[in-house]
Amino acid sequence: MSADIALAPPPAGAPERRPTLADVVRSEWTKFHTMRSTRFVVVAVVVAMVGLGAVISAGTARGFVRLTPEEQAAFDPTLVSLRAYFPVQWLFGVLGVLVMTVEYSTGMIRSTLAAVPRRGRLLAAKALVYGVVAAVLGQAVAFGAFLVGQPMLAGQGAPTAALGDPGVTRAVCGAGLYLAAIGLLGLALGTLVRATVGAFAILVALPLLPTVLPLLPGGIGDAVAEYWPTVAGERVMFVVDTDGGLPPWPGMAVLLGFVALVYVAAYTALRVRDA
Amino acid sequence: MIETTHLTKRYGPTTAVDDLTFEVRPGLVTGFLGPNGAGKSTTMRLILGLDAPTSGSARVGGRRYTDLPAPMRHVGALLDARAVYGGRTAYQHLLCLARSNGIPRSRVSEVLGLAGLEAAADRQVGGFSLGMSQRLGIAAALLGDPAVLMFDEPVNGLDPEGIVWIRSLIRDLAAEGRTVLVSSHLMSEMALTADHLIIIGRGRLIADTGVDAFLRAHTEQSVLVRTERGAELAALLVEAGASVRTGTEGALVVSGMDSAAVGLVAAGRSIPLIELTPQRTSLEEAFMSLTRDSAEFSSARTEELV
Repeated sequence: MSADIALAPPPAGAPERRPTLADVVRSEWTKFHTMRSTRFVVVAVVVAMVGLGAVISAGTARGFVRLTPEEQAAFDPTLVSLRAYFPVQWLFGVLGVLVMTVEYSTGMIRSTLAAVPRRGRLLAAKALVYGVVAAVLGQAVAFGAFLVGQPMLAGQGAPTAALGDPGVTRAVCGAGLYLAAIGLLGLALGTLVRATVGAFAILVALPLLPTVLPLLPGGIGDAVAEYWPTVAGERVMFVVDTDGGLPPWPGMAVLLGFVALVYVAAYTALRVRDA
Repeated sequence: MIETTHLTKRYGPTTAVDDLTFEVRPGLVTGFLGPNGAGKSTTMRLILGLDAPTSGSARVGGRRYTDLPAPMRHVGALLDARAVYGGRTAYQHLLCLARSNGIPRSRVSEVLGLAGLEAAADRQVGGFSLGMSQRLGIAAALLGDPAVLMFDEPVNGLDPEGIVWIRSLIRDLAAEGRTVLVSSHLMSEMALTADHLIIIGRGRLIADTGVDAFLRAHTEQSVLVRTERGAELAALLVEAGASVRTGTEGALVVSGMDSAAVGLVAAGRSIPLIELTPQRTSLEEAFMSLTRDSAEFSSARTEELV
């Protein structure tokens, strides 16, 4: 094989165009949609959020007649139809984790960082690509779950909500936003931990821990629980507010602030560590 | 042009690269030699800015690698051919890399052709043989048509056809005026492809020399002679200007005289010879004796061979 045909204009090289963030975003988008897990996780997200959401709505509605009057007054049809967000957040998270950890598990990270030595730019490109995908997917499945869930509730004679009702659109959009935030959190954790299993373990534990927090002595547990990132972030999905806690948007701000902090840590780690 | 200046990398108590200063010049194939664990790969990672040096620096074309705006257009590197995401096709893998440096799609097809992978372009790289993976890694290194190339053990796992291909490719790249650094733990491989050698052991520079100079300095011609009248012949050979030492099983190892001359000396006194064999210290032996003290793991078996 002759090597000198395609290499013809030698060391002078091809005309050099300074690559931009857009080039790195394009590269990361190519990586993202050619990852095996992507399609699988997206399908799982749709099935779980909409399908499992419909099952939860129907089941909860069937029990409505047996509830006490106070419980019936506190019934939140919007929140019920979005309940599947709880397991679905792990799917958003794990895909975010994988976006970074497959680079490390395969060793591809060395080619990647040799191509893009500006590590902050690399992290920004990955976060942009996955952030946009997670935001769009989050909104799509949140609205899907709501629109499929409400007829399920109506079918069992339980109260329902409409997008025009006060706070309902905010709650549905908020659910999508919450899922996207957890997805981006997964990417930051993956960058920080570098191993898929370790990063995912933290991600699974994060929304589960608040359930044991009230066991802490004194009021500490309750106080911590109120500001726990996932608990605070979930507040945006409540239309009928019964159990106090932070208002919707301040709660979301706490979650987003936490995600931002993890990104600062992830960026610092990526900058200083050897690849 | 690659330059390292007092390049040092420590991992905890281990010094992987120890005060390395060398230059890799354009237009030549420079062999980067050392036993396994000598610090070759670490040095390459330091040059690529993947690891940060503990002290000292590495520069490519006068700049630190991390300061290069479009690094793939300056430096192409093959580190670990297996370090790819197996679920992507060869084309997709190269496209991911090309896009990050603003390299057009057309160049992806070009380098696939150059590496002889056109037919495998749409196959998932997870199913590639090691030889095909090496070709893919070389295709990736060539994407930006860079003036500087670094290949870490490129012939590993290649079939004979692949080895011939990579040797001629490496020679061609240097002939075009590019800077080519090729690491290997095999001296014989480097003797075939390299013009210049940088030899390291335990992270330290052992030799920075031309291949020809190295061969002249480190390979010695000798003649193995076996006869029943060894002592008598030895005395005659020494008298004739050769130096003689005793080899295994009473054989004589004669240096400073070729086999024809040894034969003539023996015939002059009618000394019957049982064996007369010209010998050349192999490159591997020269290399091993040079790096023996600095080899991280030198087994008893290696000692015996030397």
